[in-house]
Amino acid sequence: MTTFLEFEKPVAELEGKMEELRHMSDIGDIKIADELSKLQGRIDRSLTQIYAKLSPWQTVMVARHPDRPHCIDYISSLIDEFTPLAGDRVFAEDAAILGGLGRFRGRSVVVIGQEKGNDTETRVKHNFGMARPEGYRKAQRLMNLAEQFSLPIITLVDTPGAYPGIGAEERGQAEAIARSIEVCLDLHVPMVSVVIGEGGSGGAIAIAAANRVLMMQHSVYSVISPEGCASILWRSADHAEEAADALKLTAEDLLRLGVIDAIIPEPLGAAHRDRDDTIKRVGDGIEEALKEIDGMDGAALRTQRRERFITLGNDALSS
Amino acid sequence: MNWLTNYVRPKIRALVEKNDVPDNLWHQCPSCEQMIFHRELEASLRVCGHCGHHMRLPAKERLELLFDDGEYQTVELPKLTADPLKFRDRKRYTDRLKESRASTGEEDAMIVAHGEMGGRNVVVAIMNFAFMGGSMGLALGKALLTAARLAVLQEAPLICFTSSGGARMQEGILSLMQMPRTIIAVDEVKEAHLPYITVLTDPTTGGVTASFAMLGDIAIAEPGAVIGFAGARVIEETIREKLPEGFQRAEYLLEHGMIDRVVHRRQLRDELIRISNLLLESRAAADVVPLISDSSKKNKKNPETPEASNDKESGSEERPAAE
Ligand SMILES: [Zn+2]
Repeated sequence: MTTFLEFEKPVAELEGKMEELRHMSDIGDIKIADELSKLQGRIDRSLTQIYAKLSPWQTVMVARHPDRPHCIDYISSLIDEFTPLAGDRVFAEDAAILGGLGRFRGRSVVVIGQEKGNDTETRVKHNFGMARPEGYRKAQRLMNLAEQFSLPIITLVDTPGAYPGIGAEERGQAEAIARSIEVCLDLHVPMVSVVIGEGGSGGAIAIAAANRVLMMQHSVYSVISPEGCASILWRSADHAEEAADALKLTAEDLLRLGVIDAIIPEPLGAAHRDRDDTIKRVGDGIEEALKEIDGMDGAALRTQRRERFITLGNDALSS
Repeated sequence: MNWLTNYVRPKIRALVEKNDVPDNLWHQCPSCEQMIFHRELEASLRVCGHCGHHMRLPAKERLELLFDDGEYQTVELPKLTADPLKFRDRKRYTDRLKESRASTGEEDAMIVAHGEMGGRNVVVAIMNFAFMGGSMGLALGKALLTAARLAVLQEAPLICFTSSGGARMQEGILSLMQMPRTIIAVDEVKEAHLPYITVLTDPTTGGVTASFAMLGDIAIAEPGAVIGFAGARVIEETIREKLPEGFQRAEYLLEHGMIDRVVHRRQLRDELIRISNLLLESRAAADVVPLISDSSKKNKKNPETPEASNDKESGSEERPAAE
């Protein structure tokens, strides 16, 4: 059962017609097979049109699409011998952040990412991808493990943000995020981050201060959700669409601003329409990014990562 | 009409002024609601004499309290010259900036100053909540980096006073990128084995808390200061429960192991001097038998701050006297 977004209505109608046609047999001159292929052509044209001019707010909807591949899907397809590692060794295991050892295209790596879940049960289990301090402390532990054994780190970012709760605050949500960024920045191993869906503020950057930062074509990455921004600056969440425009949160915007290094193109009609193809594209993107930084030694990797954040946006400042 | 102008107006004015005068001379404590005479308030460093509530203190007043004889120099900082996102909500970002610059007389939400504190040279980075809620954008990230590098050059402690609503939304993703940038800044101070001391004042929230504010070697908070990551309203809306008494206050954080100390404003300067002295004692001893040659050290001095080289010698002589 496909979930259609509001602006995909024309496509939904065409797909509905196709479904009807599939159950019919040829009537006289009309060949069902021909009609189906004509309809498919119209669907493709419609998708091309819609997705060629997605508004930032529509992109937010696509980035949050429930059928979009999640962290777990990328890990199960791209990481062989995946060995999940749990716990922060301080307080708890936090399933909002997955992580472990594995082999990416033949090479031993540490992989870390936020998982949102895909049905009620798993969404609750993974807390909708909103990590508590334990999640960020687990991430720190795994990054330090990678450092210890000189393994590259791949992170997959997909979170509405860090969890806002009483316990999370009491156990130092802010400190856990700050420390996680600090660990990222101090590594002597290659680190590649991919924003696969929603890059939600501090909860995202906590595992994304990397040597190479990639975004999928229809993912978003922002300092605050459009709804949150609207409720503060416009005093009403109803202005989320305007806020999404103003925040410049699309992959294209971030590439232009120098925040990311590359965009991973998605198949026609976005990631959720062809999951296998999408996952392969992400794998290729990661492989290429790792290749780019392969020859660098530990000190150079650390310097490159720090310099990128030190110099970013400097051209908007007087010298 | 004349009698109205000449007779009624002054009377009305007198009525209005009756309320106006106490407003200027008397302040109401937002915590216990007692009236405090303005001179008393200034003398008490804006701490309520009735209930001990610490009211917000403008950045410049803090600097005067902190440095020896209230003397310090501010550092010229790079300014934001472009609006990288061309951000506009109900107002243009450039207009909001202009308004804040006009009302505060500052260029952005952080001031960097240096001078002597207890005879020791220190660098102070202080946030100004009055400037767009002390929000963190490109200029602030650069300001902290400047402060950190000055501290390393002067071999001085970096003391950072925080007060912020978080990241500056009008700079979008670039404001988020100030989290790693400010963390790199304070790490440069730590790598040089110099103290990075944070003084968390009311309020310290959001991306500022989740970056440099929570990474102090020593973390001090002012009594009653609100310190947290998520805003109380957001948490309430998420969990649909009432928040516990004192939640996200300095004392609450102390109890939960998130900060080292809660210090009364009047004791703050002495506290910072004592901590700096204690932390830097072995470094001062190492200076007697220099591990690095003197010439290489001199080359590291900041040309902008020639007094730094004098501070080194006089500072180490004065240190025992300060204790
Ligand atoms: Zn009071």
